[in-house]
Order: sequence, then C-alpha cells, then structure tokens
Amino acid sequence: MTWSESISYRTVIGLEVHVQLLTRTKLFCGCSTTFGQPPNSATCPVCLGLPGALPVMNRRAFDLAVKAALALNCRVAGFTKWDRKNYFYPDLPKNYQISQYDLPFSEEGWLEIDAGQGPRRIGLIRVHLEEDAGKLLHDENGGGQASRVDLNRAGTPLLEIVSKPEVASPEETRAYLEEIRLLLRELGVSDCEMQEGSLRCDANINLHIPQADGSVAATPIVEVKNLNSVAAVERAMRYETQRQFEQFQKDGKKWGEPGVHKATAGWDENSRTTRIQRRKEEAADYRYFPEPDLVPVTVSAARVDEVRAELGELPAAQRARLPAQYGLSAYDAGVLTRQGRAFVAYFEEAARLCGDAKETANWLANDVLQALNESKQAIRYFPISAAGLADLIGEIKATGLNKQRSREVFAEMLAGCPSAKQAMDKLGIKVIADRDQLADIVRRAIAANPTAVADFKKGKTKAADAIKGAVMRETKGMARTELVQEILLEELHRAGSDADRG
Amino acid sequence: MAMMDTSAAEIRQLFVGGQASAREITHSCLEVIRQRDGNIKAFLHVDEAGALDQARLVDEKRARGEALGQLAGVPVALKDVLCVRGQPTTCGSKILASFTPPYDAHVVARLRQADAILVGKTNMDEFAMGSSTENSAYHTTRNPWDLERTPGGSSGGSAAAVAAGEVPLAIGSDTGGSIRQPAGLCGIVGMKPSYGRVSRFGLIAYGSSLDQIGPFARNIADAALLLACVAGHDARDSTSVERAVPAYAQMSEQPLRPLTIGVPREFFGAGLDGEVEKAVRAALEVYQGLGATIRDVSLPHTRFAVAAYYLVATAEASSNLARYDGGHFGRRATMFDNLIDMYCRSRGEGFGAEVKRRIMLGTHVLSSGYRDAYYVKALKVRRLIKQDFDEVFNNCDVIIGPTSPTPAFKLGEKVGDPLAMYLSDVYTISANLAGLPGISIPCGFTGSGLPIGLQILAAPFEEQKLLQVARMFERETDWHDRRPG
Ligand SMILES: [Zn+2]
Repeated sequence: MTWSESISYRTVIGLEVHVQLLTRTKLFCGCSTTFGQPPNSATCPVCLGLPGALPVMNRRAFDLAVKAALALNCRVAGFTKWDRKNYFYPDLPKNYQISQYDLPFSEEGWLEIDAGQGPRRIGLIRVHLEEDAGKLLHDENGGGQASRVDLNRAGTPLLEIVSKPEVASPEETRAYLEEIRLLLRELGVSDCEMQEGSLRCDANINLHIPQADGSVAATPIVEVKNLNSVAAVERAMRYETQRQFEQFQKDGKKWGEPGVHKATAGWDENSRTTRIQRRKEEAADYRYFPEPDLVPVTVSAARVDEVRAELGELPAAQRARLPAQYGLSAYDAGVLTRQGRAFVAYFEEAARLCGDAKETANWLANDVLQALNESKQAIRYFPISAAGLADLIGEIKATGLNKQRSREVFAEMLAGCPSAKQAMDKLGIKVIADRDQLADIVRRAIAANPTAVADFKKGKTKAADAIKGAVMRETKGMARTELVQEILLEELHRAGSDADRG
Repeated sequence: MAMMDTSAAEIRQLFVGGQASAREITHSCLEVIRQRDGNIKAFLHVDEAGALDQARLVDEKRARGEALGQLAGVPVALKDVLCVRGQPTTCGSKILASFTPPYDAHVVARLRQADAILVGKTNMDEFAMGSSTENSAYHTTRNPWDLERTPGGSSGGSAAAVAAGEVPLAIGSDTGGSIRQPAGLCGIVGMKPSYGRVSRFGLIAYGSSLDQIGPFARNIADAALLLACVAGHDARDSTSVERAVPAYAQMSEQPLRPLTIGVPREFFGAGLDGEVEKAVRAALEVYQGLGATIRDVSLPHTRFAVAAYYLVATAEASSNLARYDGGHFGRRATMFDNLIDMYCRSRGEGFGAEVKRRIMLGTHVLSSGYRDAYYVKALKVRRLIKQDFDEVFNNCDVIIGPTSPTPAFKLGEKVGDPLAMYLSDVYTISANLAGLPGISIPCGFTGSGLPIGLQILAAPFEEQKLLQVARMFERETDWHDRRPG
C-alpha cells in the first residue's frame, strides 16, 4: 500500500466514451465506413463538406443508437433534433460537427458494472449521436504545407456516452469500459476496438479529500485524453490519483477556488505519466444552434418497445441469473458473461446435457477459454460442441479419469475426435476401476516408499500424495482417482495398525 | 434576333414544332448576351461550349423522335449560387474563384432532364448577401431600365438577364427577398416557392432555414413552367417536402374565385415611396374590379422581421461559411505562419466586407452570453410572425402589397449605409421567416420609367394560388409587355 492509499479519500471519475456504430455507411451520406481504406477514398461532397452538399440522416444508424441507449437503460426521447457544434479544426471539413445539444435522443441511464465487489450501477447523464471527424496525419503547427488529413472517418456515426462522476476507482474505470464493450459488441452496435479508435475514452478525474476540520476538499479536475487501451485508462487513473494527491499535499489547491481551472492532460503510455496540455481558461464556445439542414427525428413509444424487445438478455441480467439458476459463484458467472451471449448459451446447453453446471463452468472458464484464446476463435467456431463437452464431462464422471488425462482427452477432441470415448480409445486410456487390481498396485507402492509411510504415521497426511503419485505413474494416470485414494488410506491405516500390533 | 424577346413556352413550341433548332436558339441567345451583356453585366460566366453541347444533344433527341422535356431548347441562366458539375461556381466570391463542383445541384439536374439549355452563371451579391449585386466580388450588374441603377439583389444578375431579354428564364435564390426584390426592380416575374418546395441540394448555403430556389420569367406562364420543372421532393435534401407538384402552368390559367385579398397595413407605412404605393393601390383596384374582396389586415410582428432575419440568417451564415478556410477547397492565402494564420488570411483575403460583417454578426449572436438575448429571441419572433400569417390566411387567400419600398435605387447610393440597404427587403423578409411562397409581378412604372413590383404571398405550398392570382392581374394589364429601351 502506498502512502497515499493509506489516507482515505474518494476518487471521482466521470467518463466520456465515444463509440463508432457498426453501420455500413456514414451518418449523413452513403460513403462506406470500412476501416483501413486508402486515405480519402471513402468520401463524397457531403462528408467533404463541399459547398451545396446536404446531410441526410442514416436511419439505420439512428436505430442502432436507440438500441444502445435502451441497453444502457436510458430514456429515449420521442422528439430529438440535431445541432451544429462550431469550431475550426482541419479534421472537420465543415468546421462544424453535426451533434446533439439540448435535446439528445436519450438521457438518464445506468450501466451495471462489477469490479470485484459485487454489481454496482454507474449513472449515465446522456447518450447522443454525432458525426465523427477525420484523422489528422500531422501536427498543425508545421506551416500547414505538410499537413495531411484523411477524411475517410469524417461522418462515421459516433455515439457519445457520458457518465455521471460516479466511477470510484481505476478498477471501476476498467470494469466500466469492459462492460460497455461487452454490451455494445453483443448487440452488434459497435466493435469497440480501442486500437482502431472505434472506442475512445476521455476521463475526468479528481479527488475528494476529507480535511481535519470536517470539510471535504476537491482537487482540480483533470481531463485525461489519448487513452488507447483499457489498461492505459486504468493506469492513467491510478497515476493521476497519486499525482493529484501528492500535488494537493504540496499546494493545497482546490477545485472552485479562483485561478483553479480544469486542465486537459495527455496520457503518455511510454513514460506512463499524464502531461498537462493546456489549461481550459473557460469552456470553449461552440455556438450550438439547431442544424437547419436536417429535420427533427421522432421516435414512437411503440418503436421503443419494439427495439427493447429485440435486446434479449443483457450481461447484467445474465450475471445475476447464472448463480441463481446454476449455483455458480459470482466470479464464475462473471467470467462466463464476459465472454458474451454465445458463450453463455454454450455453457447452458452443456450444463443441461451433462447435469453438472459447476463442472461445466470449470471447463469453460479454464480449458475452453484457454483454447479459444490460443486459437483466437469465437465459441461458435469451437471444434468441440456443447454436446461434446457434456459427453466429456459425463465420461470423466463415469470413469473417474484424473484431470491430467482428462485434458489429454479434451485435446484429442479439440483435434477433431467426435466423442470422449473414441478419444480415450485412441489415446489407449482404459481406466482401471478393479478394486483388487488397484489394491495390489497400492500395496506395492507403499512397500516401495517407506519414508512416506513413516511420515504419514507421524501425522503428515500430505505424505500420502507421494504414494498416490507413484500409483498414478505406475498406472499411467489411468487409475480411477477416488478409488486409489480410498484404497490408499485403507492400506496406510492397516499398515499402521499392523505395525502397532507387530 | 427577336427570338430572345419570345417567351419560353413559345421557344419550346418553335423547337418542338421544328421551326428552330436548339442550336439556332442557343446561338441567337449567345449572340444577344454578347450584344447586351457588355452594358448589363448580368453574367459572371457564359458557358458557350456547354450550351452548344447541350443544344446538340437536344437536337439529336428531337431527330430521333424521342419525347422532349418541358423546357426543350429553352435557354436558362443560373445564379452562380448553384453548383454545376465542372463549371466555375463562385457564389460571387473571390474565395470560390477557382472552385468547380464535382456535381450538379438538384435544380440543375432537373433542368438538364427537361432538355433546357444552360447558358451560364449570373452575377450576385457575394454569398447572396446583399440587395444590389454591389457586393459581388467581380462586378456590379446594371438595371436594364436604367444603367445607373441597381437591378436589385442578390439575384440581380438573373433578374437583369431576363429583363434585358438575354434569356427567357433564369434561376435565382431567395433568402430574404433575393428573387422578388430584383424581379420587382427589373419589372419581371420572380417567385420564391415555399420552404421545402424545391430541393436545396447543390445550392451554396447562406441561411439554410430561409434559402429557397425559384424562377425568373417575363410572364406568369413561363414562371409556372420553370417552377414545375424544378419543384418536388429530393431525397438528398431532408428539408424538401414530399408533396405532389401541381400542374402549375395549366392551373395558373384558372382564375381564383371567390378571392379574398389581405392587405397588411404594416406594408404601407413610413419609408414606402409614393409612386410605389400608388401603383400597388391601383393594382388592388384591378382586383376589386375582378370581384375580389379586399381586407385590411395586420401582421403586427412583421415590424421585427428585419431584425429577426439579420439574427437568424447571419447566425446560420456564420456556420455555413466556416468551411471556407483555405483548407480543403477554394482559395488559400499564399503566405501564412501557421494553421490559424492560414485560416485568418485565407478568409480575410477571400471574403468581402459585407460577408465579413454578417459572419461577425452571426458569430456574435450565437456566442454564449448573447445567444438567448439574440438568436433564441429571434426564433421566438419568427414563430410569432408565422402565427400572424396563419391568422390572416384563415380569412384570406393571398396577401398583397409592394415588393420593395422604393423602385431601383442608384448604384452606390446605399453602399455606405448597410441598414438602409437591409430595409430594401423589409416587405419580402417575413415570407422567408414564415416559409411562405411569394411572387413579385410588374404592376406599373414610376414617372421616370422605373418598374414597380407587386408582391403576392400565400400560405405554405399554395404556389398554384399565387400563380392563379398573379395571372388574373397579368391578363388585365400590360405592364409585363413593356421592355427596357
Ligand atoms: Zn460521404
């Protein structure tokens, strides 16, 4: 624990997340939104902002945005309009962005996150739709001549999700972003790739530090930008927490005092520090006004119900249902849910077929997940079907096959073997379940390991494991584990009492 | 050649009937422009090659016996505010001196489909900001009735070209009166359709919620013909309305009976020229003679119209014109130190004084701390003005008054007094704020021979009513037959 963490204070984080919607075409023109096309190839007079060109709303983008807002538990407005946000920047061809100002299409929602301390709701102020800007391929201070702008991205539909300042730690920041990513990917709203910029995050952070006089001092708010991965956001929040605490000890500057302004900082992933870029002396004046080139949008209550009905079960509901229905731990439920709906569906089918949800969850959370990660596959392309996994689990239970050999069978099935039995045959696995045969092997092992036996007698029950290991080696892992355990204890006790008598 | 004093409908008839080829018509049109435009200076750019190409295509079409468009063989001039693929489109500004759009405006595409011959681009006040063409970065157009006077603006080039007989038809745009005022000052017919009637796609924006494209012609039938060609829904303009386009030309021949005319007392107050008032009153008597009921009505909030207009229009303009920064297209300053300097110099050198004035005004009225007092209040006034009109139209078919308070003023007369210039649009502006259709038709001349315009306004999407009422007057009078000397 660092010294700053030893003093209790509250971290207050508000997140502004932008996600690009997964539409084929842009928000106000028919240009393609495919990532990675040659610079400026996916452009037209509308997204280039040429004189006389006019925007036309992409209804699919709007519908997708409504879907996201409902999944984020927002109230969707029956009437919404577009506004122009005016500012000069070379990545913005019209020098205004079509966005939403005073009547966003949705407001007042929440996102349930679980950062390890149980589910918690983070309030959302609003979710609105706007057009993305282009990409600047050069700094703007080089005299202009050498600047390059790629406008392929200009006009891509962008959802802005603004949280209340209710995120309370770097860990929660991570959980929040991961939850948004999970939710929006599951709904097909966005692919949320931070590396490609389809999910972007700015974080406003400060600390509320209790003072000796009973008051609470708030440190100056810093808006951290240039956060390119979830891990970077978490690191930046951790760094900034520490920095603000230390700074406060040094200068005692508080938010709200004269001369204290919100600052913008860039996160430098190399040095893992934030760098104050500029002070925001006053809020930028974007001169918002209603976009006269677009008509307001109306959304009927029936349409909202329709979209809501299409949402299906969302992650938060799944996380609550899995423990209740299957007796899973909250942790396991979290692991399964985090993999998405298809993964949960796979789990549910396998659990139903084999009748052991806990064991199914174990296999999925460990071996299956690891295999998927290694092959970078989605569950729907996984070579072992849910029925196959259920078959494996059933076979292991029936035969008492140990973990190590079970994994070999799993690997064989992964390589294409259609059933657990066939895989075992192929591997030459024949579980020894004959009591007399095993008792024989156990007795020989006891005889060969006098030291272990002696330790066991001294009360070191762990010593029995060494003998068990010897049995497993002898049987090439094919001995039925519980039976070996049972016989071994019997034999050891008998050996003990024999010795006493002798 | 007398061809150019012929109406559009007659020219089409001559062409379709085989008495003239599109090539002959086009040549004669270009010849008239060569003869007359040296004095008038209506055109910024005459597209001889393009016009002759189009004439050839239309002649071939006729030779093949194909169906011919509504404007087959008819020369049409375009205000330089409309984008034409591959043609200079300057909007009267230096900043767009080198701009050639890669696409046709919707209206231009419609005209091509109608087999019209597009002869060139006409002069205008820079970015349609002005009432005299004196704000054009290129030259000033002269009124064919008196070369010392303005043709009006901002569509002064289109109005002058039609009045001078250089073309039978022209397209203009009207944000606060920019079609009706020059039509009135040039003694021709000019119409601003309802907001949403004609697609603005390809119209370089000034005040997007006010801008509307409309026709200039020398008579009602021609205006109706041109309107019918360009009106109608276009999916590329979200504000264009999905409504069937009536057969304007045919319907305008049908007199409107019974007819109730509202005459707003606010349109006859201080500032109205005596001769103009006399001509307008006389016109009302003509309608009375035709059995119309004349009603004295009031539009109390129109006295705030000019103020509200200059807040709304400039606010929108400040944003619409932000894209002219020297970055992506148009003129860029040659010397600059950094990005901001490039913006400042490109815009400083590229825009004229009036455009800068309006950008600054618009920027100011949207700024935080001023937005509510100016922009938001102007929107309220706008709603009140609309309500005033709604009430009058409950009891009246049309509203009639003068188009402009004075006949054409002398060039240079109001250049130093922007407010006086703004008041030139005092009667036309409220129709833009309310989204109404309006038309100006010739209704007389001053003692010194300057034309006087009569403005008729109707409820939204009642263009056919306007045309019917206008045509009733035209049939009774011969003002529209007079030609400048
Ligand atoms: Zn585009």
